[in-house]
Amino acid sequence: MSAHPPVVIDKPAAAAAAGERDLEHAALRKTMRNQRIQDFLFHKITLLFAASVLLALVGIIASLAIGAAPAFKEFGLGFITTVEWDPVDDKFGALIAIWGTLATSLIALLVAFPISFGIALFLTEICPAWLRRPMGTAVELLAGVPSIIYGMWGLFVFAPLFADHIQPVLKATLGPLPVIGQLFQGPTMGIGILTAGLILAVMIIPFISSVMRDVFEIVPAVLKESAYGLGCTKWEVVRKVVLPYTRNGVVGGVMLGLGRALGETMAVTFVIGNAHELSASLFMPGNSISSTLANEFAEAASPLHVSSLFALALILFGITFIVLSAAKLMLAGMSRKEGTK
Amino acid sequence: MNTTNPVYRKRLLSHRIGILLSVIAMGIGLAFLAWILWTLLVNGVSALAPSLFTGDTPAPGGEGGGLRNAIVGSLMMVGLSTLVSTPVGILAGIYLAEYGDTNRFGQVTRFVTDIMLSAPSIVIGLFVYALYVAKVQHFSGYAGTIALTLIAVPVVVRTTDNMLRLVPNNLLEAAFALGAPRWKVATLVRLRAVKAGIITGVLLALARISGETAPLLFTALNNQFFSADMNAPLANLPVVIYTYAMSPYDDWRALAWGGALLVTFTVLFLNILSRTVFTQKTPR
Repeated sequence: MSAHPPVVIDKPAAAAAAGERDLEHAALRKTMRNQRIQDFLFHKITLLFAASVLLALVGIIASLAIGAAPAFKEFGLGFITTVEWDPVDDKFGALIAIWGTLATSLIALLVAFPISFGIALFLTEICPAWLRRPMGTAVELLAGVPSIIYGMWGLFVFAPLFADHIQPVLKATLGPLPVIGQLFQGPTMGIGILTAGLILAVMIIPFISSVMRDVFEIVPAVLKESAYGLGCTKWEVVRKVVLPYTRNGVVGGVMLGLGRALGETMAVTFVIGNAHELSASLFMPGNSISSTLANEFAEAASPLHVSSLFALALILFGITFIVLSAAKLMLAGMSRKEGTK
Repeated sequence: MNTTNPVYRKRLLSHRIGILLSVIAMGIGLAFLAWILWTLLVNGVSALAPSLFTGDTPAPGGEGGGLRNAIVGSLMMVGLSTLVSTPVGILAGIYLAEYGDTNRFGQVTRFVTDIMLSAPSIVIGLFVYALYVAKVQHFSGYAGTIALTLIAVPVVVRTTDNMLRLVPNNLLEAAFALGAPRWKVATLVRLRAVKAGIITGVLLALARISGETAPLLFTALNNQFFSADMNAPLANLPVVIYTYAMSPYDDWRALAWGGALLVTFTVLFLNILSRTVFTQKTPR
């Protein structure tokens, strides 16, 4: 006799349970299949939207290149080094506009860099903690002011003051100097390359200082504290610890500011003077690529004129693309650093 | 401490000069902001009359008038552009945060988005002109909207991507452990955790495109009369400000200052709103 109690197997019930299990399995499999399909669709749909950004860039480059082709066919690569810009005779060269763009942007950088550095230093090291947020926001609001407002302010408020009070001083002090004197001669009209550069400087200060501030903040506290521990002053810590540590990030921030300055349109259009002249003096009116586009594109009649404007836009896009890429790469190196220390 | 030590005195001096210069730099930055806002207030307040919102832009030399058509046109274009760029930007941002780390395509897209963030806006206007305006043979509000959307999307993509990366992994893992599919985790858990941050991004994009002028010059152009037809040239604040500010008529300039005041304070208000009300707390 078996010691065990007889096991009563309720066959129909077991079958029902097994059937239920199968059903459950089937339902589960179905859910999982559905989920897999949903996930697949989710991946592809979001991919599509991400690709649209890429597509926009490719489209911009392609359409500019197509538009610019006739001009480059007509003038060759000499387009870039030709001074003449004459819509009446249908002769076009880009040098004046390229010079205007580069000159205004470089002036902007020279002025904006030290000021941005000072602001970033102030916000990270000097400012009391409770004032940091409002002060930081105030500086970033400078970036929020639309560029057309900078243009109006520059033309109606800044330029007259600049012509009356600052340009004569510059002319009297720097004008007689041997080489750089040439830059500060000519009529003091208030508008021109120098004014455009200075207004660009104000516009890019918030961009440069906010990048610098971000990279200054990732310097490990241990490094700074060791320097303080050795008896360094705050200034020495910034000059000899913070700056060397963040060099790439600082250069990246400056390049980002340069990229912004190169493409800035409305502010420059208001104050640069819009003259197709090449002059050694920074007081003289000139033209930048973007201001030429803003002024002439809507009125360009001949196909060659339109095409030359597209060529200018392509050159501008090319320059900014390179500058911004360099900025990106340098800043990417910086953020990798953030993780390791 | 020996304060008479010449080396120490020299170091202290350079420290003080450095700090002083830094404070001066900060002062310069704030002074320019104050100067610009003051200029706007002084010149713009006199134009802030009810007629600014009820009258349309006057004819050359015409008396009075307002900016009603320009305000409506701007609102239509900026509004439509925000409606389009918000979902596009958020979905693209989700892709970058979810799948973008592991493949080359994601890295390239992230890079390109950063470039597009700072790309010259006038070039985008030219692009839309070549792509759309030249094909349909007329300027239109739709063309302006496309240009503004191209500028707004990268802003939304970038903020969405940045914000989603703040979400801690264990929150996502907890959701996965409950058997949730990836799309549900991405939208209902991850996206929801940083809702405030995403709203910030949308507001920043809104602020950015509200003041853009250059891309509208060859796309929406301008319209002297009231029009709600998006398929025709559409009046908009930035271009009206530009043309009126450059004009020789005093009435027009006064209107331009009024419009400038309106645009700037709207944009700055949006900026401050996005920074204060919708500050993203780090999700836990």
